[in-house]
Amino acid sequence: MDLSYSPEELAFRDEVRGWLKDNLPDDLRRKVAEYEELSRDDLLRWHRILAKKGWVAPSWPKEWGGTGWNVVQRYIFEEECGYAGTPPLIPFGLSMCAPVLIKFGTEAQKKRFLPRIYNGEDFWCQGYSEPGSGSDLASLKTKAVRQGDHYVVNGQKIWTTLAHYADWIFCLVRTDSESAKRQEGISFLLFDMKTPGITVRPLILLDGGHEVNEVFFDDVKVPVENLVFEEGKGWTVAKYLLGHERMGTGRIGASKRELTKLKEFAAAQKKDGKSMLEDARFRDKLSRVEVELMALEITNLRFLDQMRRSGNPPGADVSMLKIKGTEIQQTLSELMMQAVGPLAQPFRPVDAPVAARDDFDAFVASLAPRYGNMRKTTIYAGSNEIQRNIISKMTLGL
Amino acid sequence: MDFEYSEEQQLLADSVQRFIQKDYDFEARKKIVASDAGYSEDAWRTFAEMGLLGLPVPQDFGGFGGGALDLMAVMEAFGDGLVVEPYLPTVLGARIIAHAGAKAQQKAILPALAEGRMKLALAHTERNSRYDLAHVETTATPSEGGWLLSGEKRVVLGAPLADKLIVSAATSKRGFSLFLVDRTAPGVEVKAYRTFDEMRAGDVALDNVRVDKKALVGKKNAGLALVEEAVDFATALICAEAIGAMKSANDATLEYLKTRKQFGVPIGTFQALQHRMVDMYITAEQARSMACLAASKADSASDADDRRRAISAAKIKIADACRQISQEAIQLHGGMGMTEELKVSHAFRRLTMIAQQFGDADHHLERFAALG
Repeated sequence: MDLSYSPEELAFRDEVRGWLKDNLPDDLRRKVAEYEELSRDDLLRWHRILAKKGWVAPSWPKEWGGTGWNVVQRYIFEEECGYAGTPPLIPFGLSMCAPVLIKFGTEAQKKRFLPRIYNGEDFWCQGYSEPGSGSDLASLKTKAVRQGDHYVVNGQKIWTTLAHYADWIFCLVRTDSESAKRQEGISFLLFDMKTPGITVRPLILLDGGHEVNEVFFDDVKVPVENLVFEEGKGWTVAKYLLGHERMGTGRIGASKRELTKLKEFAAAQKKDGKSMLEDARFRDKLSRVEVELMALEITNLRFLDQMRRSGNPPGADVSMLKIKGTEIQQTLSELMMQAVGPLAQPFRPVDAPVAARDDFDAFVASLAPRYGNMRKTTIYAGSNEIQRNIISKMTLGL
Repeated sequence: MDFEYSEEQQLLADSVQRFIQKDYDFEARKKIVASDAGYSEDAWRTFAEMGLLGLPVPQDFGGFGGGALDLMAVMEAFGDGLVVEPYLPTVLGARIIAHAGAKAQQKAILPALAEGRMKLALAHTERNSRYDLAHVETTATPSEGGWLLSGEKRVVLGAPLADKLIVSAATSKRGFSLFLVDRTAPGVEVKAYRTFDEMRAGDVALDNVRVDKKALVGKKNAGLALVEEAVDFATALICAEAIGAMKSANDATLEYLKTRKQFGVPIGTFQALQHRMVDMYITAEQARSMACLAASKADSASDADDRRRAISAAKIKIADACRQISQEAIQLHGGMGMTEELKVSHAFRRLTMIAQQFGDADHHLERFAALG
């Protein structure tokens, strides 16, 4: 048993770390570190820097631009990006739509969409959830009716992340409402967001931020050539995506960076004239989350080692990484807020934008909203309760 | 990066597991626990034959010179079988003698220990020491070219079964020293008892016990570093043992959820129970990761602080995990879990004690925080 990386893996890590240090623009690094909202341009700028380097889609097949890295290298890359504090790579095109097209798409679809996804020319979003279909996704109602060489789509999606930035959306729609099983009769369709009849309405989150939207479809005409795989087989496509390898789910690199920041930040906060790090009650909470993070990192490496040996995808283990990883992210954000105590209350200056006020500590004012925002992590991408259902069924056989 | 046991480690683990299945199942263990000695001479002899007793002993003295990673698979299997023989105190003693003992002490003790002819126990904890390893009130007073030891030791694991005790006693204001004392020496009184987790231990009263100068283990006043290193090593071992006991409790609970029926269905179909079982499973995996870290750092930390930090981090996680899994295992078993009849209640007892052995979560949170 040996818990450390091999010399080759360490060399790879150093190469990635060195490149990120030289190529992550300072303004983007600062925005991420200070929890500022990233614009469409910020996200795409980072995407294109990675695309130029050839590192934007490591897991794709080499012919479409993949790097040919093994699972450990891919993990190291993702964690180093998190540790450096890069903007996130928006997953909807790169790691959701593209793998689906590579697995199920026609040659024409691949040629049309994959290079544009790779180069950051099209910004994608995902149309899965509906007002009545959250965890119970198979109950979705958005309807697509075939008329000649088009589908006519009517219905509504919700929680559509960054739909307000998107050029394209991939959707699960119901093409047959007569099927005996709900999972049948669902199809996977790609639409251009500029198509007439699409309306995007912002849903402002509890931290005041605009990330998600409602998307309404009113007689939207989608060409039949934008159907992926067979009509009525959309559920197969959706399930493939759920099982797609995502070993970076634990966000360990990012949490390590947050932990370091938390320690520095808490050290500068005072209670009874002493640093918050010397406050036993606060310190115990901090130590416990640090221990959970240490354990999760080793757990993640154990899964990678197993994957490398067996050649099998991670399966339900990803659910464990999601549960623990998100709990850790939430705890870190909560402790950041608790570290400043009463000073966490200011939110926005009344009479001027934040940028115009040098007497207003925008970073401290971002801690409570950030804590609020992080509550989403245990809800999105399959709530942690759904993840427990998956482990219960797949791993424990209950 | 490699999380598998080596071929040798795996073979040894397999043979320990086979022994437990064949000769040390729950019924066999019950008889051992109820016996006068509270341990099995046969099992001990088998441990010697299998090489388990020689595992921590250096090769020069008839052992295999194994480290924590080599012992990890054995401890995990012992945890699964809830083995009550005094293996841990013997390993602890061997570690101290191998590190610091004089050549003559090593020759006299280590081969005998590897062959199963001798057992050791570390007599260190006292009434007021709690988990502070530096706190020693027992005294060693120079006398006629030797020492007179006086004081009282508490919860000396394996004391009633040990041939020799390693006793800590203050030799100056600056520190304490370690001494080898025959358990049957004049002035030594062992008040034996069973522990909650069904092992044998005792309080040891030392009343002007005379030892000669050759009884000193290591340098004078240098006992703390020795005890600290050995206790960290033993902590890594009980982390591995805890993994085995947690697995036993989790396996039993999962099986129970699948077979116990209420309202006409297996109780494992209830989501309220499923999610708790999942959390027990996740906790056991996280704990296993930390047990790997503890064993690895017990063998090859860059310095003492690196070792201390990793061992404390592991023990925090293991202590929390021991409590969660033992409590939930009983709860999900319902009334049956409360009885002595099921093995799970015995796993509960061992896990409860491991959570506090060599420092509870609070103690290790303090040590971990102090290391930054």
